[in-house]
Amino acid sequence: MAGNTIISTRMELTRLKKKLVTAVRGHKLLKDKRDELMRQFLDLVKENKALREKVEQGIHNANKNFVLAKAVMQDEVINTALLAPKQSVSIEVSEKNVMSVNIPVFDYKTRTPDSNDIYSYGFANTSCDLDDAVKSLADIFPDMLKLAEIEKSCQLMASEIEKTRRRVNALEHVVIPETQKNIKYITMKLDENERSTQIRLMKVKEMLYKENIEKKMAE
Amino acid sequence: MYNIAVMGDRDSIYGYAALGLNIFPVSDEVEGRKVLKKLAEGNCAVIYITEALAKILEEEIDKLKERPLPAVILIPGISGNTGQGIRTVKKSVEQAVGSDIIFNN
Repeated sequence: MAGNTIISTRMELTRLKKKLVTAVRGHKLLKDKRDELMRQFLDLVKENKALREKVEQGIHNANKNFVLAKAVMQDEVINTALLAPKQSVSIEVSEKNVMSVNIPVFDYKTRTPDSNDIYSYGFANTSCDLDDAVKSLADIFPDMLKLAEIEKSCQLMASEIEKTRRRVNALEHVVIPETQKNIKYITMKLDENERSTQIRLMKVKEMLYKENIEKKMAE
Repeated sequence: MYNIAVMGDRDSIYGYAALGLNIFPVSDEVEGRKVLKKLAEGNCAVIYITEALAKILEEEIDKLKERPLPAVILIPGISGNTGQGIRTVKKSVEQAVGSDIIFNN
C-alpha cells in the first residue's frame, strides 16, 4: 500500500485532492462507457446467436447436398468441375467506432455482378445435385459474411468490456477509497500541527507575560 | 482489398471454391498452424475454419481474437455440427458479462 509513507504537507494534500477529482470523474465516465458497451454488446450477441444458428443450418443443408452430389458423381468429375472458379469474392473493410472500439464492417464485391454466375462447369457432365449444393451454399454466403462481421465485433467488444470493467472496479474499490483515506490522514495531521503550534504560542505568550509581571514587581 | 479464406479438411470445404473463396485443405496440426499464420499475416480479412480443425488450433485462434483483423469464424464441417461455434459466442458473453446470460435456457 502506498499509504504507508504519506508526506503530510499542504502540497501533497492539494495533489491528492486533484487526484481524487480526476479519479471520480474517470470512474463516472468509464462506468457510463461500460454500461453503454454492455447494452450494445447484448443486442449484438443476440443477433450473433440467431445468425449463427441460421448459418449453421444452412451449411448443414449445403453439406447434405454435397454428399448427395458426391454419391452420384465421381471424385475426379467433381474436382474438375470446381477446379477453376468463375466467381471470385473480395472484401472491402471499413471500420466503425462504437464507444472507442473499432469494429470492422465488411463489404463484399464479386468479380461478376450476376449472382447466378456461380456454376464454374458445363452442365453436361455433372449431376443436378451439385447445382443444388453450390446454390444452397451461395444462398447462405451473405449471411456467413454478416456472421463474420458480427462475431468479430462481439469478440472485440467483449475484450473491451472486460478491460473497462476492471478499470471501473480498480477505481471504485482501490484508487478512490485509498485517496480519500490519505486525504483524511493529511487533513488530520495538518490540523493537529496547527493546534500544537497554537498551544505552543499560547504557552510562550503566557511565559513572557509572567516574566513581565515578575520584572515589574521587582521594580 | 482483402480475401476470404476457408480452412479445413478437403471434403468439408471444396464447395466454397465455387463461390470464389480461397480454400486451403489442411488436416494436420503442423500444417494448419503454418497456413493459419500465413493467412493472418497476409491480406485475409475473414478466415472460415471447420470446427474439427479449430479444435486442434485453438491456441492460435485465441491469439487472433484480440486483433481487429482477421476474423476467424468457425463453421460446421461435413461430419456434422459439434457445437464448438456456438460455444465461442458463449465464451465471449462470459468474458464480457461474467456469467452466461444468453444461452442458459
